[in-house]
Amino acid sequence: MILVFCELQDGKIRKPSLEALSEARRLADGSGKQVGAIFAGGSVAGAEEAAAYGADVILKAEGPSLAAYSSDGYARLLADAVKAKGASVLLAAATSAGKDVAPRVAARLGAGYAADVTGLAMKDGKLQVQRPVYAGKAFATVDFESAIQVATTRPNVFPVAQCPKAGASEGLAAGAADFKAVVKEILAKAGGKVDLTEADIIVSGGRGMKEGANFKILEELAEALGGVVGASRAAVDAGWGIPHSMQVGQTGKVVSPTLYIACGISGAIQHVAGMSSSKVIVAINKDPEAPIFKLANYGIVGDLFEVLPELIKAAKALKG
Amino acid sequence: MKILVALKQVPDTETKIKVAAEGKSLDPADVKWITSPYDEYALEEALRLKEAKGAEVVAVSVGGEKAKDILRNALALGADQAVLVKATETGDPLAVARILATFAEGKGFDLLLFGNKGFGADNGAVGSMVAELLGLAQANLVTKLELGEGTFRAEREGDGGTEVIEGSLPAVITAQRGLNEPRYASLKGIMAAKKKPIEEVDGAIVTATVRVSSMVLPPARLEGRKLDGEVPAQAAALLGLLKNEAKVL
Repeated sequence: MILVFCELQDGKIRKPSLEALSEARRLADGSGKQVGAIFAGGSVAGAEEAAAYGADVILKAEGPSLAAYSSDGYARLLADAVKAKGASVLLAAATSAGKDVAPRVAARLGAGYAADVTGLAMKDGKLQVQRPVYAGKAFATVDFESAIQVATTRPNVFPVAQCPKAGASEGLAAGAADFKAVVKEILAKAGGKVDLTEADIIVSGGRGMKEGANFKILEELAEALGGVVGASRAAVDAGWGIPHSMQVGQTGKVVSPTLYIACGISGAIQHVAGMSSSKVIVAINKDPEAPIFKLANYGIVGDLFEVLPELIKAAKALKG
Repeated sequence: MKILVALKQVPDTETKIKVAAEGKSLDPADVKWITSPYDEYALEEALRLKEAKGAEVVAVSVGGEKAKDILRNALALGADQAVLVKATETGDPLAVARILATFAEGKGFDLLLFGNKGFGADNGAVGSMVAELLGLAQANLVTKLELGEGTFRAEREGDGGTEVIEGSLPAVITAQRGLNEPRYASLKGIMAAKKKPIEEVDGAIVTATVRVSSMVLPPARLEGRKLDGEVPAQAAALLGLLKNEAKVL
């Protein structure tokens, strides 16, 4: 069996989890395996949706002890489920929770682990993955040698595919809350915006934005296009009050949106490492020699403060 | 209090990556080696705890002879002890975690600090794996850390916002940018570090669980086109192309 750790948000399965589930189904079909979707939480209402995306079995661990996320608690639960089901592969989306728990599960099971994979296959009965290394400056093919294999799938890379299966429901014991560490509270970010790593459209600003207040122009464009705002390291380091959580690049977030609009970003190697796998890149920069144009599908050479208002106008007209 | 800080030696972040002739690893020619940037935050946090509460800070790196450079730097910054755990780099996070866990076990560490990931294999897994192998609490991607009596409170970056984690010590904490502002070594520190010993121990023998079978550079992106005309025309043309040609809107 291939087990997939799935996350719920507002009673729906998160998109990165659906991507992992769809990929598990594809792998299972090619190797005669079953797919199990596993959910954990205070409530797992909405887990049944997994049947539509290829889950033969839906494992539900539900109870007050799981209401708050615990790395060690969730790791024990997932590792026990892998053993109970005799699963050979455990997948999770490379979300903040997935990347937090999956390495612990792997260590508990003595399993090999690969994070942020962008390609998956079964080779000689074991998982073989492609994944970015050196912050996306190279890609490695990784072969597993352990009996159990654990991997996290990079958001926005794999397609979500509907594939209705039985989705037989099974309960798992939630267990006692004797955890070593738990999340006590979440200080939610403003507006409930999606994380950069999951966003379809990112409008990013660099040193060329000149000051932090000008990022509201990017917010406006992002809003008109249905995207979120990112920043280069130069912008984050400039002391404009832009948080590091918005930074795209080697020492920030590695993203692969459908559309990446780089505004006033020169294209330093450190930034490019974090966004070069975007499907379509647009660069707006006043310097025609800026390296960012070398990888942009479309470029506009010009003054940001003239170009952006026109783009906002055009975007509103298009979407309106 | 006794603090372990795990350090990894990595290529400088501005390095242009080249693949070695065997097609499986980094070509080390012309590479400038540094302490992994996130590990600097881990070391700084340990040094601040030492200054605030008193602590013994042990810097540890799993690697070969050249990793002594970053250990020497850690001594210059204020680490009390530096240990090179000798092992060959395999790109297998569980192998590294097992070596570190074997080293740390029974030595009475209250806190084990890591960078949230090393630049290279980029798995961001070793800290969590060590925590599991030693049966400890963990908090990853930490931007704020407070210690109580046998407890910790950490803030970390989660997808939904900042998560506040509370747990028991000993614990594994992996550092994220924002945790602190790392210091530079003083000349006095650098001179003193030259006289301090770097201990060497053999890493535990571990079995590989993953193996890199090939490494390639990402496919080059083709340079696209620059749009001509007046600004309003450029803006309209761009949105038209994104909608009708690229089909991303």
